[in-house]
Amino acid sequence: MTDVTVNEQETEAQFGDYFALLKPRVMSLVVFTAFVGLMVAPVQVHPMIGFCAILFIAVGAGASGALNMWWDADIDAVMKRTARRPIPAGKVTGPEALAIGLALSGFSVVMLALATNLAAAGLLAFTIFFYAVVYSMWLKRSTPQNIVIGGAAGAFPPLIGWVAATGSVSVEAVLMFALIFMWTPPHFWALALFLKKDYDTAGVPMLTVTHGRRVTRQHILAYTLALAPLAVWLGFTPIGGPVYLTVAVLANAWFILGAVRIWRRDETMAESDRYRIEKAFFQFSLLYLFLHFLALLADAVLRALGAL
Amino acid sequence: MMAMKVEHDLHKRRFSRNMGVGLVLAGFVCIIFGLTVVKVRQLGAIQAFDHVLRPELMPDQTRGGGN
Repeated sequence: MTDVTVNEQETEAQFGDYFALLKPRVMSLVVFTAFVGLMVAPVQVHPMIGFCAILFIAVGAGASGALNMWWDADIDAVMKRTARRPIPAGKVTGPEALAIGLALSGFSVVMLALATNLAAAGLLAFTIFFYAVVYSMWLKRSTPQNIVIGGAAGAFPPLIGWVAATGSVSVEAVLMFALIFMWTPPHFWALALFLKKDYDTAGVPMLTVTHGRRVTRQHILAYTLALAPLAVWLGFTPIGGPVYLTVAVLANAWFILGAVRIWRRDETMAESDRYRIEKAFFQFSLLYLFLHFLALLADAVLRALGAL
Repeated sequence: MMAMKVEHDLHKRRFSRNMGVGLVLAGFVCIIFGLTVVKVRQLGAIQAFDHVLRPELMPDQTRGGGN
């Protein structure tokens, strides 16, 4: 065998396939929330250092995505939503994804430490560990609370952005974390309500599978009710302002209304209109998070301009 | 043994991958350079004696006291 024939494959992995390992769509949310965390911090950061901080946080998030795809390749292959990911599609091998995930993890943590500070780098390392090991390897397949605890991984980016700027954690940063943390369960459970079959076939213990759909609807309402005061509280901290408070009150009122409507429905009602309410709630949940962080940014800009 | 052709099929198939990696590395070099410039500038003025006596670096009591 020559060195050339070793690599003869039907499909050659292209650059985009490796990039897809980093979950670019998840990464875009990470970039946005980390950016807001960094911008609303009371310490001014040089634009170049801020850019590097966001970049390395995004690379770290991508690395944990690659590790997750390596570990979950068997689940991804049987779920319609994820069957076209690079590993189940046969474009990238598992060991390749593992190597990329590990290499980028180390790279992003070291580079974030050099660009900003050790505390931010430590938090990034913990986030990668939390998502790849605690969520993917341990909780996802063993408990229906997987979404709740796994949501913490997605909640870290604004906190890391804040710490990259200030070097320490404060109540505003913790509330930004709490906002995403409490938002994740209703967001994913709404998805699970109308994608039930996917999680069933994959054997992932989603709440819909283990405790039934009635309980899931109750949980969505409970988490949405707990989320609202936290979201509004953030408006009364130094990083809040009139824009944020307005958005928080309106968006949470709408979110609670949606959760109540989900809670009042049963499966026959949901199936009769093909989960219209659940789908609308899920779509609004994406907008919900985006609007909250955008509003924080708007208030920060107004403060910088001296309008507040 | 037959020499490997320069334009082997492998080169064509891997072109986008190689190009992507190349661009990422080039971008990384630029970022590190930019970051270094910013970090060094934030340190403030850095200078030391290098072959020439720099009066502004001399301690106060010796300033103006040389021969």
